[in-house]
Amino acid sequence: MAHSAVAPSEQYNYEIVKKFAIAAIVWALAGMTAGVYIASELAWPLLNFDIAQITFGRLRPVHTSGVIFGFGGNALFATSYYVIQRTCQVRLAGGNFWPNFTFWGWNLSLVVAGIGYMFGVTQGREYAEPEWYVDIAIAIVWVTYFFIFTLTLMRRNQPHIYVANWFYMSFILATALLHIFNNLTMPVSFFGTKSYSLFSGVQDAMTQWWYGHNAVGFFLTAAFLGMMYYFVPKQAGRPVYSYRLSIVHFWALSFMYMWVGTHHLHWTAIPDWTSSLAAAFSILLLMPSWGGMINGIMTLSGAWDKLRTDPIMLFLITSLSFYGMSTFEGPMMSLKSVNALSHYTDWTVGHVHSGALGWVAMVSIGSFYHMIPRLWNTTIYSIKLIYVHFFLATIGTILYITAMWVSGIGQGLMLRAFDEFGNLSYSFIETVAFMHGPLAARAIGGMFFVTGMIVMAYNVYMTIARAKQEDSVPVAAAAKA
Amino acid sequence: MLTNAWLWLIDLGNSKVLALLIFFFTFLGILFYVYGSRRRSERLESYRFLPLQDDDAPGVPHTEQQPKGEK
Repeated sequence: MAHSAVAPSEQYNYEIVKKFAIAAIVWALAGMTAGVYIASELAWPLLNFDIAQITFGRLRPVHTSGVIFGFGGNALFATSYYVIQRTCQVRLAGGNFWPNFTFWGWNLSLVVAGIGYMFGVTQGREYAEPEWYVDIAIAIVWVTYFFIFTLTLMRRNQPHIYVANWFYMSFILATALLHIFNNLTMPVSFFGTKSYSLFSGVQDAMTQWWYGHNAVGFFLTAAFLGMMYYFVPKQAGRPVYSYRLSIVHFWALSFMYMWVGTHHLHWTAIPDWTSSLAAAFSILLLMPSWGGMINGIMTLSGAWDKLRTDPIMLFLITSLSFYGMSTFEGPMMSLKSVNALSHYTDWTVGHVHSGALGWVAMVSIGSFYHMIPRLWNTTIYSIKLIYVHFFLATIGTILYITAMWVSGIGQGLMLRAFDEFGNLSYSFIETVAFMHGPLAARAIGGMFFVTGMIVMAYNVYMTIARAKQEDSVPVAAAAKA
Repeated sequence: MLTNAWLWLIDLGNSKVLALLIFFFTFLGILFYVYGSRRRSERLESYRFLPLQDDDAPGVPHTEQQPKGEK
């Protein structure tokens, strides 16, 4: 393989990767803080302060959009732009303007959407709350992203397209498809914010959850698997366990995810066969999910000692362990009998966070700790702080999901309990009273996780500040001479 | 005979069976492509090393090593 004589920082467009990486950390802090606040509101309702803009219903989409699209989205832009350049040995297409257009377009859209949520402007579609004007802006940014990624692939100096880029491309294509079709709406007026969906009733619900679960499947899974397939081998200094398994993993996962969305609508007015189909594919999905998880973890085969010495490796391998756990829990919850208990309870919320905190956030954090020092051509400020971050994040995640298991399963059992006369054993408010303890524990779990992110932000800030200082020293010395 | 086969194919009631057959044989085709030939397997496995070939910039040590600002 040919290598350029110039340094990677000059050969590649690292400026755009740096911007997205910093934005991801800023969004993580904002989105997760909003999450902790609304979790605290559920435990201690006093925190609503009778201010409509900060009530749970208004702040919840700020949290979900902030962490999924703000933190996750910016992390995916950053890592995909980094990985494609490094594995194709070519500079990012689109010059400086178009990648910057995706940066500002994406982040401004999120800011406009977030402010709208707090003032009650929402479509009311889960993970697709922005109204029509933001949806159009996002679609334009996304198509630009697709062209930048595709043109870079076409210009590659490496004959083979590495599997990580396949996963990123699958994520870009599927997200475009999902975003456009789920947001087909008719605005009430050209100057008004309100719009109505083109679909109605059951079709609307099925479109929404076809989008909703594939947002999990392609945005929060396929793309982060792309991240995993590059950063785990890089950090381990070893090739991925099996490249052939990664190919089967890619096609099986991409094919199966598309069918499972309807498991969010078990026991509703949808046709029963769609419910069964979704459950069957959800069970089948366990195989590619675990195939990928095993492929990632077995990359460390023969070098397990790295887990004792490398906190970044701890983040990456722990993320894969959480990925394995949540992709076992998901198919189990998609069974209609289990879903009858779990649906509409906190168990679902715990499951989502097992994937979101344990898998998505941790694999991103591990990748960032690997990538950021290389972007600024320096070393990380403190490895000890990475250890501190790792334990805060892991304790926070475990506290969160166990609290939600207690709350959700307890709530589900209480809502389904009957007395000897066939009457409900518990009133709704009794389930709420039971949930108070776990809800408080959940908020504390979230506080652990946010504290870890603050530690990371400090570590990254000091790393960048020191890199700039190092850069300026030779200049100052030359000026003196 | 051919007419009957064609009629079976275009009958919407058979779409589930047809889809199952198409997807199942596509999956078998992928498995055969990936694992069916020793030479192809060796070529595919050689791509594992691709991320490791993009060397980091000189002077950037692996993060496992003691960093300059270690506290």
